[in-house]
Amino acid sequence: MIRDKRSEYLAALILVGPFVVIYGLLFVWPTIQMVMLSFTDAPLIGPGEWVGIENYVEILTHRLFRNATWNTAYFVLLTVVPNTLVSLAIAMAVNRLKGWQQGFVMACFFLPYILPVSVVYLTWNWIIDVQYGLVQYIVRPFNGGEPMSLTRTIPFFMPTVAVVTIWWTLGFNVLLFIAGLRNISPEIYEAASLDSAGRWRQFRKITWPLIWPVTALVLTIQLIAQLKIFDQVYLFSIGGRQDPTIVLVQYIYKLAFQQNKGGEGAAAATLLFAMIIILSVLQYQALRARGEK
Amino acid sequence: MSSEAITRPAESAARLKGDRLIDFGGLALTIVTLGFALMAIFPVYWAVVTSFKSETEVIASGIALWPSRINTEAYEHIWTNTNIGIWYINSFVTSTLITAGVIVSSAGCAYALSQLDFPGRRLIYVLILACFMVPMQALIINHFVLMAQFKLLNSWAGIILPQLIVPVTIIVYKQFFDNVPREFREAAQMDGAGHFKTLFRIYLPMNWGITSALAIITFIGAWNSFLWPFLAATGEATMTVPVGITQVKDAYGIVYARQMASAVMAGLPVAVLYLIFQRRVTQAIMLSAGVKG
Repeated sequence: MIRDKRSEYLAALILVGPFVVIYGLLFVWPTIQMVMLSFTDAPLIGPGEWVGIENYVEILTHRLFRNATWNTAYFVLLTVVPNTLVSLAIAMAVNRLKGWQQGFVMACFFLPYILPVSVVYLTWNWIIDVQYGLVQYIVRPFNGGEPMSLTRTIPFFMPTVAVVTIWWTLGFNVLLFIAGLRNISPEIYEAASLDSAGRWRQFRKITWPLIWPVTALVLTIQLIAQLKIFDQVYLFSIGGRQDPTIVLVQYIYKLAFQQNKGGEGAAAATLLFAMIIILSVLQYQALRARGEK
Repeated sequence: MSSEAITRPAESAARLKGDRLIDFGGLALTIVTLGFALMAIFPVYWAVVTSFKSETEVIASGIALWPSRINTEAYEHIWTNTNIGIWYINSFVTSTLITAGVIVSSAGCAYALSQLDFPGRRLIYVLILACFMVPMQALIINHFVLMAQFKLLNSWAGIILPQLIVPVTIIVYKQFFDNVPREFREAAQMDGAGHFKTLFRIYLPMNWGITSALAIITFIGAWNSFLWPFLAATGEATMTVPVGITQVKDAYGIVYARQMASAVMAGLPVAVLYLIFQRRVTQAIMLSAGVKG
């Protein structure tokens, strides 16, 4: 029996070993180091002096940090709820289709999600191109016949990137919604239509409340994902003025990798880290509370 | 939606008539859905079509939905004038090794968590849970510092290591291993099979479907990842395809056929993987999302 236990421990040790080494070295250690680094004035690579909370004071009074926080929040606002609503509508439309039609439609909506961000960027950068892009056919009539660069005109930058992001990622949400819709038993709808409940009433009284747990999941996953936004925003801002449209991860990147301020970058990263943890806990609690009502 | 409102049957006598109207409305809704699906896939189509045009045709006025002549000049240019061959090798090697590393370490860890009793189980759970919360984007600075210390920047190992953190895979595996009937393990151990044999001969083969699904989705994720390879590989010889195609953009100026050709080449492997293994990809995504809820 003791021999058995010992061999079980040994097997567990070997099986769990790779996980412990990988997560210890590449997750736990960098996390600790990040917090430590945030209290020093170190450059990106190299040692630094302990400066206490100076980096945090510096960042929190930095206009660019407020810009980055605002822009990130704005991006979240432009993407999370619209994407969820559009995805739910598409999922309901796709769910009533059958056979090849459903497969084809689903593939059309889902394929973009599988593509690398740089492919998405290059494709849309061409579509919105100020000289030859297709979007200019729509833009010109609204802009006095003149073409306009949607990513170089600052007020249009975030909405444009948001639309591209929604196009890119909605397939994922549609997938989750369709699975949720399939879990709603058809008998409930049959009972409702016997009671002559109209489609809108059926949606309000049956679909919406029953799909709510999925909606909450979709909202939470997206909120966390969009707070960490970097790729698209960075790519679309290449060659233009980056500061007015900077987002939080881009701010970390700028401090650490472009200005060689490792300590300040780590402080910004720690703040983002804290924000995401607090928000994800809060939102999860709030959504769950509403779902339980 | 509005056509449905008309068909709302007010009384049972009108319902028969209403049903026929619903069919009509349903057909309209199907057509609208198909239309939206075509709109959703259009940017992808447009990128592919553009890549087969000549540069002069690309900037010609009007919307040509098909190239006047299939022209592979853009592809030839990308193939001979950029390092895309090397980027392909880098992407394939790193994505494959990330996939192998994630699958092996996750399966081992999940088996231990699911089937074995050993000290430190709780700690591992805490670690996995913490990992779900922490944004990897916040760790870029310290991953960079760590890789610099190991002298692994601009190397395959440097690109691979931080991407081995995929906690979802462990949880999905554990859920599946939990559902394997105990008798299988007991029978195997009666026959004198150790834990490794049990894992590799029984648990993994029994869950072959989920292993392939997780492997495909991990590969796609690794192929598509942008931020970390973008930071870790600064030399053109060590870039991955999605990073490379954005970095050399300026080298060929505003020549959209070539940009689209590079985009198609970057997206093709994952698009093909998705189209072949649609069911597996969606299965893996659903399972991973289920864990996050």
